[in-house]
Amino acid sequence: MPGANIIPLFVIIPLFTAFFISLIGRFIKSTYVDIVSGLSSFLLLIFSFWGLAILGRCPETALVYKIGGWLPPFGICMVLDGLSNFMLVTVNIIAFLVVIYSFNYMEKYTDKPKFYTLFFLMLTGMNGVIVTGDLFNLFVFLEIASISSYALVAFGTEAEELEASFKYAIMGSVASAFIFIGIAFLYGFTSTLNMADMARVLSAKPSNWAVPFVSVLFLMGFGLKSALVPFHAWLPDAHSSAPASISAMLSGVLIKTLGVYALARIFFNVIGASGTVLSVLMFLGALSMLVAVILALSQWDLKRLLAYHSISQIGYVVLGIGLGTPLGILGGLFHLFNHSIFKSLLFLNSGAIDYSARTRDLREMSGLRKKLPVTAGTNLIASMSIAGIPPLNGFFSKLIIILACVQKGHIGYALAAVIASVLTLASFMKVQKFAFLGPLKEKYQAIKEVPPAMKFAMVSLATICILGGLLLLPSFSFFLNNAVNVLSDGRDYALAVFGAVLK
Amino acid sequence: MMNDPKIGMSLIVKTVTRLTVGLILLFGIYIVLHGHLSPGGGFAGGVIIALSFVHLMLAFGKDVALKKLSKNLASNLESIAALMFLSIALFGFFGGAFFSNIINKGVPFQLFSAGTIPLSNLAISLKVGVGLFAIFLALVILEESKRK
Amino acid sequence: MTLYLLCLALFCVGLYGVLRKRNLVKIIIGLGIMEYAMNLFFILLAYRYHGRSPIEAQDQQILQMVDPLPQALVLTSIVIGLAVTALVISIAIRIYEKYGTFDITEIKRLRG
Repeated sequence: MPGANIIPLFVIIPLFTAFFISLIGRFIKSTYVDIVSGLSSFLLLIFSFWGLAILGRCPETALVYKIGGWLPPFGICMVLDGLSNFMLVTVNIIAFLVVIYSFNYMEKYTDKPKFYTLFFLMLTGMNGVIVTGDLFNLFVFLEIASISSYALVAFGTEAEELEASFKYAIMGSVASAFIFIGIAFLYGFTSTLNMADMARVLSAKPSNWAVPFVSVLFLMGFGLKSALVPFHAWLPDAHSSAPASISAMLSGVLIKTLGVYALARIFFNVIGASGTVLSVLMFLGALSMLVAVILALSQWDLKRLLAYHSISQIGYVVLGIGLGTPLGILGGLFHLFNHSIFKSLLFLNSGAIDYSARTRDLREMSGLRKKLPVTAGTNLIASMSIAGIPPLNGFFSKLIIILACVQKGHIGYALAAVIASVLTLASFMKVQKFAFLGPLKEKYQAIKEVPPAMKFAMVSLATICILGGLLLLPSFSFFLNNAVNVLSDGRDYALAVFGAVLK
Repeated sequence: MMNDPKIGMSLIVKTVTRLTVGLILLFGIYIVLHGHLSPGGGFAGGVIIALSFVHLMLAFGKDVALKKLSKNLASNLESIAALMFLSIALFGFFGGAFFSNIINKGVPFQLFSAGTIPLSNLAISLKVGVGLFAIFLALVILEESKRK
Repeated sequence: MTLYLLCLALFCVGLYGVLRKRNLVKIIIGLGIMEYAMNLFFILLAYRYHGRSPIEAQDQQILQMVDPLPQALVLTSIVIGLAVTALVISIAIRIYEKYGTFDITEIKRLRG
């Protein structure tokens, strides 16, 4: 099948770019490094949209690429279905805009080629996690993404960054250990590592103690990776200490790819989501939503506040997916997309403030609207979006999640979602008031608006924020509905994959 | 520089190192080249190759080891090795499937057989050997800068 | 079964080290012990009774061998463990440079 040939490119392109940049970065000017990495991430974006077109045209629900020509379940395969494509588009939009933003922003750090090397390795890991159809391969890509993100958090090598990175690395490694043991158990139980084959074997076998045990291990592992509330301690440190463009990447897509996507893929398509697992997911989601937003209210460090909101918004996503109904999953995935857009935008804004005014403390800044009009405008859009003000994308996804809660009879969770949304609004009104409104301080008279590349990234993201609600229109809804179908079909994933293999 | 008694370990260690370091390197290369026939392969052989350089560094101090393999060269070789491995996989991509073994596989249990596997082993051993050496070097340099 | 339980015990020793120890280096050692325990567990899963090592050699026919796949996977996992350990150790050395201590109770500039 020729269409499937684009699937390995999502791993090949960033991997090649990473090592190519690390090889030539020392000999050429940093402008050329920018151009190479910009081109590479643009290519990835094109391919992810192309995948959408290919998937729309072909009759099957999944495309399968057999690595080395080996037939699954014996060889490793890569799968592109609705959910993978949805995630690929999300990740690569953010990655492209973050690379554009980094042209200017990363100037203050000394070693730009090393930054791009680590960045593209992280992108390799994320794209790999999304496209792979093999459980152990997923673990390997997950570790590639995690290890590069540990290094990226410590990129500035200041005391705080090192401390955050150490904490993040230890927590991440413990999470990986749990995931590895879960994979080992599943392999011992089913004698296969291919996710589709595993789903087939597991549905044929009578249920016993192994599946709940593995569920608990995966819940702990991926819960740590996606920073759900009892496991969230590393996130505010790591995400607020990293350079802003990396924070945007970590908060925007990394926790969703490594945490929520892997969790949803394994629980819905492989193990089979039982009622217990779903109710645990819903509870953890609601808990993260409320606890993190309350913790966020008292923060004065802008990036730390945003990091706490990431936990809270991940709670919405997990709550939506945990409902298990098609409407709930639609809400969860739509919120995942929206959150990656507006949270990246908010982190890029905080980076822009840091770039111009050299501060992250909300009490220090005041009246920046006059000097940074683009940053202030895009920040207003993103803040309204995250708080769920009607015409923007965040409103629609939160509405769908709340409706799905009510539809399934979980009035309490619906209420929690509303309360968390109101508290989010309160906390972002604080950001607006202290950072952008009010009188301009004396020391900020001389600051200038950020360079055009940074403006371009922020304005693009703000545009997607405004237009995001259009994804629910019938002509665009295939983008979300294909992804929802994959999750709500559950173990029919195996049929889709093997159907595509045998063709 | 190699015989300076102030740098590195004692004379006994230095003499033994001088005798064994080449053998260790050769053993690593042997393991890499026979990776498709016997236990071992790219990673194990690469670790042994790296250990021969680490051995040199421990016995004679870091300057002697750095003269054989400088920091920038190590970093470049590591990227080249990764690109080599990727391009071996890419040959397969254009000749059928990603990572497919398109070269003639030859007779089993011969040194020149198994298609792309020995080539991949070579790339991996270079990557692992140089990478491990670079990790050790980075830790040594960190230690040095702390002491100043 | 006893062997699996011993693996679990080893894993718990590592986890105890990560969670309870205050010295950065001891935490890293705990992480290492956890990694060994999980690799050992995976290798043990692959063992077949009276199986021999899955190496094909000339003029030999292997009738019963242990499962070769986990051995390849564990090798990958060891490499990942190596990378994590190297990275974490270099971060720990840098932390020692900045804070002058390995004690995590004194490394707490990030609060809130």
